Amino acid sequence: MLRRLHPDQPDTFAFAPANQAWAEAQITKFPEGRQASAVIPLLWRAQEQEGWLSRPALEFVAKMLDMAYIRVLEVATFYFMFQLQPVGKIAHFQVCGTTSCLICGAEDLISVCQDKIASKPHDISQNGKFSWEEVECLGACANAPMVQIGKDYYEDLTAKKLADLIDEFDNGKIPIPGPQNGRYAAEPEGGLTSLKDYKSGALAYNASAQAAVDLQDTVKRIDGTEVPLLTPWLGDTKKSEKT
Amino acid sequence: MLKDQDRIFTNLYGMHERTLKGAKKRGHWDGTAKIIKNGRDWIIDEMKKSGLRGRGGAGFPTGLKWSFMPKESDGRPSYLVVNADESEPGTCKDREIMRHDPHTLIEGCLIASFAMNANVCYIYIRGEYIREREALQAAIDQAYEAGLVGPNAAKSGWDFDIYLHHGAGAYICGEETALLESLEGKKGMPRMKPPFPAGAGLYGCPTTVNNVESIAVVPTILRRGGDWFSGFGRPNNTGTKLFAISGHVNHRCVVEEEMSITFDELIDKHCGGIRGGWDNLKAVIPGGSSVPMLPGSVMRKDAIMDFDWLREQRSGLGTAAVIVMDNSTDVVKAIWRLSKFYKHESCGQCTPCREGTGWMMRVMERLVSGDAEPDEIDVLLDVTKQVEGHTICALGDAAAWPIQGLIRHFRDDIEERIAHKRKTRRPVAAE
Repeated sequence: MLRRLHPDQPDTFAFAPANQAWAEAQITKFPEGRQASAVIPLLWRAQEQEGWLSRPALEFVAKMLDMAYIRVLEVATFYFMFQLQPVGKIAHFQVCGTTSCLICGAEDLISVCQDKIASKPHDISQNGKFSWEEVECLGACANAPMVQIGKDYYEDLTAKKLADLIDEFDNGKIPIPGPQNGRYAAEPEGGLTSLKDYKSGALAYNASAQAAVDLQDTVKRIDGTEVPLLTPWLGDTKKSEKT
Repeated sequence: MLKDQDRIFTNLYGMHERTLKGAKKRGHWDGTAKIIKNGRDWIIDEMKKSGLRGRGGAGFPTGLKWSFMPKESDGRPSYLVVNADESEPGTCKDREIMRHDPHTLIEGCLIASFAMNANVCYIYIRGEYIREREALQAAIDQAYEAGLVGPNAAKSGWDFDIYLHHGAGAYICGEETALLESLEGKKGMPRMKPPFPAGAGLYGCPTTVNNVESIAVVPTILRRGGDWFSGFGRPNNTGTKLFAISGHVNHRCVVEEEMSITFDELIDKHCGGIRGGWDNLKAVIPGGSSVPMLPGSVMRKDAIMDFDWLREQRSGLGTAAVIVMDNSTDVVKAIWRLSKFYKHESCGQCTPCREGTGWMMRVMERLVSGDAEPDEIDVLLDVTKQVEGHTICALGDAAAWPIQGLIRHFRDDIEERIAHKRKTRRPVAAE
């Protein structure tokens, strides 16, 4: 699929200080001379910081990893999670449209996005806050239909619930992610049919939703200060003690 | 039905403690050093005895795969790479392991890496699973802190580093050599085989790529014995398996069950039956989007959910991602959507796939609307045969098979639609 950089580009890009430290730490995961391996995580963090990938961001990452610019451009255009154009200021909605979600009502969700955000995917809503696109299978099929908003999955949706979610984001709130029909995770909707003895010690939400509730960073522009930087493979496990 | 004490993923739904402490309570990380001290050959023999076949879709015997790795290093390091790029439509099982029972995977990585003489393991998780990545990384950090991984991991004498890496939304990176390309920081375009990854994989070094579930079941198998695991299911189809059931059942879910369970038992026990009753069952895709669909009539009676039985029906178990469709489903459209998926996800390297997936999608579009000519069905079938087997990786095959399955079982539906459209179509002057 043909994907090009956006015609309007900012002049510069730089990682926020904590993101820069994070990026440098990612490179240490790979053997000497193989720093190019870190290109996807670095580009992703650049996108998390800015919302989308600009040409200066690609150049910045290329320089940091000692890669030719064209190699980074190749990667940025190949992988579909990289947004090569600006997205809504608050959130970009990614509606799963593949078969499991399709037969459970994904088309209704897309209609909601068309009505409430913009008629065409990747267009930004009039108030500048939102954008949307249809994406391929997001791997939450037992909780279909679903939408990824920022870092989080909102599952077991209906058209009405998605419309309500959009309104909540519009009002500056962050709705709790995960199943929206009272389910905990991917257990049978009608109640547990197995593992009934393993039901103690559960937190209020499943692991994904709990992280979102704890960190409150569902649609935040990430600057690297959200969580402490850990690199236990460098032998500094002591740092991981909670501060 | 499988009993809870025989389930490996006892925290599949995350309702038990998700910390390292909780994992230990459930029996994980118990005697890991002792397992490792039994030695490489013992581990691989026990894995072979268990009959475990890879859980990523192809069903290749895991123990055998490990035995391809060089016993002695020629100076190059060996790598274990865990394929957590779960993107096959319908599949959502590894996600539950990684976010709710991550220590099964981390312990498995240590043991498997030792068995293949690797000191380093990379886990490649799909980019969209952001919270799952955070959960898994938190578990890895805990394991480092507790000395379970790192130098002298779990006091086994084996030095072991484990790194979590991620993709950015490309289905093709679930193909093992595309995954390695991606891990090297390139576009995810599959490599020609040979050389196989066991000879030259990541950074040109010996590498084994395994699915998350294949690795996560390893510690329990070794603790309880290969014979325990092979006691479930039919011969050549042994063990327990995570099934992900989506679509038109009353209660969709991910559940661990015995291999070779019948379809009706799986659906009735865990999913509360088919929506609208069994008579309302139209079709089932039994193993994720890449396997041909089967009609409800085949699946209703004594259908056995395992590799061999489904293969005999010219379908497959794949990743055991069961997509159920009732009579309200437009099956032609459901398969068209898969064609659109494969067109979107083709990496563009091989001509038959790059051009073929788009071509097939466009004809499928016409079949959905009924605008096609009746003989286009055979033309389409012929093209699927020309794509199948003529590409570097299996994405071409995967794009062809769902269409072949549709035409094999629901040709009448397609023809009826075309006939209906022709009846209602008003004649248009030729331009």
